[in-house]
Amino acid sequence: MRAIAIALAHISHTSLSERVLRTTATGEHARDMKLIMAIIKPFKLDDVREALTPLGVQGLTVSEVKGFGRQKGQTEIYRGAEYHVNFLPKVKIEVVVGADLADAVVEAIIKSAHTGKIGDGKIFVIDIERAVRIRTGEADNAAL
Amino acid sequence: MFRTLRALAMAAPALLLSLPAFAEDAPKIDTGDTAWMLTSTALVLMMTIPGLALFYAGMVRKKTVLATMMQSFTITCLVTVVWMVAGYSLAFTNGSAYIGDLSRFFLNGLGADWDKPFTLGAGTEGAVVNTIPETVFMMFQMTFAIITPALITGAFADRMKFSAMVVFIVLWSLIVYSPIAHWVWAPTGWLGALGAADFAGGTVVHINAGIAGLVCALVLGKRLGYGHDNMAPHNLSLAVIGASLLWVGWFGFNAGSAVGANGRAGMAMAVTQIATAGAALAWTFAEWATKGKPSVLGAISGAVAGLVAITPASGFVLPGPGLIIGIVAGVVCFWSATSLKHMLGYDDSLDAFGVHGVGGIIGALLTGVFAYGPLSADKDHPAGVFIGGMAQLSHQAVAVLATLVWSGVLTFIILKVVDVIVGLRVTEEEEREGLDVVLHGERIN
Repeated sequence: MRAIAIALAHISHTSLSERVLRTTATGEHARDMKLIMAIIKPFKLDDVREALTPLGVQGLTVSEVKGFGRQKGQTEIYRGAEYHVNFLPKVKIEVVVGADLADAVVEAIIKSAHTGKIGDGKIFVIDIERAVRIRTGEADNAAL
Repeated sequence: MFRTLRALAMAAPALLLSLPAFAEDAPKIDTGDTAWMLTSTALVLMMTIPGLALFYAGMVRKKTVLATMMQSFTITCLVTVVWMVAGYSLAFTNGSAYIGDLSRFFLNGLGADWDKPFTLGAGTEGAVVNTIPETVFMMFQMTFAIITPALITGAFADRMKFSAMVVFIVLWSLIVYSPIAHWVWAPTGWLGALGAADFAGGTVVHINAGIAGLVCALVLGKRLGYGHDNMAPHNLSLAVIGASLLWVGWFGFNAGSAVGANGRAGMAMAVTQIATAGAALAWTFAEWATKGKPSVLGAISGAVAGLVAITPASGFVLPGPGLIIGIVAGVVCFWSATSLKHMLGYDDSLDAFGVHGVGGIIGALLTGVFAYGPLSADKDHPAGVFIGGMAQLSHQAVAVLATLVWSGVLTFIILKVVDVIVGLRVTEEEEREGLDVVLHGERIN
C-alpha cells in the first residue's frame, strides 16, 4: 500500500507541467485517462479479471514477466550444481480506464490479488496522454 | 563374450573331417538367434538416435539443443562409414593381439559368405562359432561403435566446433575404439586371452568413452561462465524420454551380447532391469537424504549409471549381485557426478566420466567379484570360464587400467592434433551466442 501511495504521489507530481502543456496543445485533459499497471501472482489472474469486468473495464493486456522484490527466490540443484533463481514469475496487467474509474479498479485489484503473503505484487497508476482505437480512429476515452 | 562356444569351435572342424555322417551337426544359421540379433541391433541404434540425443539435448541450454542432437546424429552416420571402411576389420579380424588386420577392408569378403553362419576368429585357437550371419554380427557391433563416441559428446557439450568433432570422431573411432574392442572381444585380443570378462562393453564402451570424455573436458576447458552463469537444463522432460529410450534399448545392448536367443540372454536381460532399478532408487534416496529433494535428473542419471555398471556383468552374474551392482553404482556415481566433479573443478558438462567412466569401472571390477561360473561354462570348463574371486578381479583391474591408459593418452594426442588442424573450440563470442545459430544456422523457439 505504501508503495502504491508513493507511486501515485510521484506520478502526480511530475505530470503537473505535462498537463498544462497538453491542455494548451490539444484542449483536452490528459488526466482523463489512467494506465493501471499491476504486478500480481500468476494464479490470481483469473480472480482479478473477474473482479474488473463488473466495473466496466472493457479490456486489458496481460504479460508473463519475471522479477524480484522482497519474496525470496528458489534454489534449483542439478547434479550438485546449485542455481539461486532470484527472478520469480509474475503476471503484469495493464489496463487503461477513464480517471473516474481508476480508484475503483485499484481497489478491485487490491482485493482480488491479495493473499497476505510476501510477493503479492504492486500497483502503479500512470497518466495517459492519448489513446486511439486503430480500427476506427476513435480517440481517448472513446477508444478505451 | 564369446568364450562359451570356443570348445565347440575347436571340436567342430575335427568332427566334420573324421565323421562326415554328422555333417548335419555343422553350424547352421539359427533363425531365432538371428531374429533376436537383428532386433538387438535396432534397439542399440535406438539408444543413440534418438535416445542419447534426447538425453543430452534435454540437459543443455536452449541455445545448444540442436547442436547437441546433431552430434549424436552425425556420429551415427560417420561411424557407420568408418566401421564399413576399416573399423570393423581392425576390431574383429584376427590380426595380432593388439589390432586386427585389413582383411575385411571395405567389408571385403562379406558377400562370399553372406548366408553362412559366422565364425569369429576363424582359424585361431579361440574361434567362436556363431549361429548368425556375419552381416548381422557386423551391424550389431557397428551400433556399439556408434554409441561409444556419441557418449563422449556429453563432456564437451556447448563449446566444441562441429568441424573439430567430425575429425576427432573419425580418428578416435579408428585409433581408440577399434583396438580396444579387438583387445577385449576378438579371440586373438590380449585382454580376452588374459581372461578379462566384459560381456557387453564395460571397458570397451563405457570406461573408454568416460575417460575420453574427461580428457576432452580437461583439454577444451570449462564452458564460458561455468560456476557463475545459470546452466540449468533447458528441458528435463526430453532427458527423461531419452533416458527411458536408453533403458529399453539397453536390452539389445546387454541381452543381445549373448549373440543368440538363449538362457544367457534371458539372464542378462533380468539383471539389466534389476540393476537399473536399484541404481535409480539408490541415487534418488542418496540425493534425497543429502540434498533434501529427490530430483528427476537424479532418478534418470541413476538409471543410466545402473545400466552402465551392469553392462560388463550381465551374462556373468545372477540377479542378487545384479541388484548390489546397481545400488553401488547409483550411490558412487551420485557422488562422482555431484561432488567429485565440483571438488576437482573440471567441467564434464553432462557427466560422461562421472556416470560412464565411474559406473563402467564399478561394473568391470564387480564382475570379477560376482561372476557366477555356470553362466560361462563350456565343455572344457564345466565349472565356468569366469568365476568371481581374486584372480578374476585382478584380470578385471588390468582391463580397466589398460583401457584408461590407452584411451586417455590417445584421446589427448588426437585432440592436440585436431586442435592444430582445425581448432577445437568456438570463439567466446560464438559460445555466448550458442552453437545452434553459430554452427548450424538454426534455432529452436
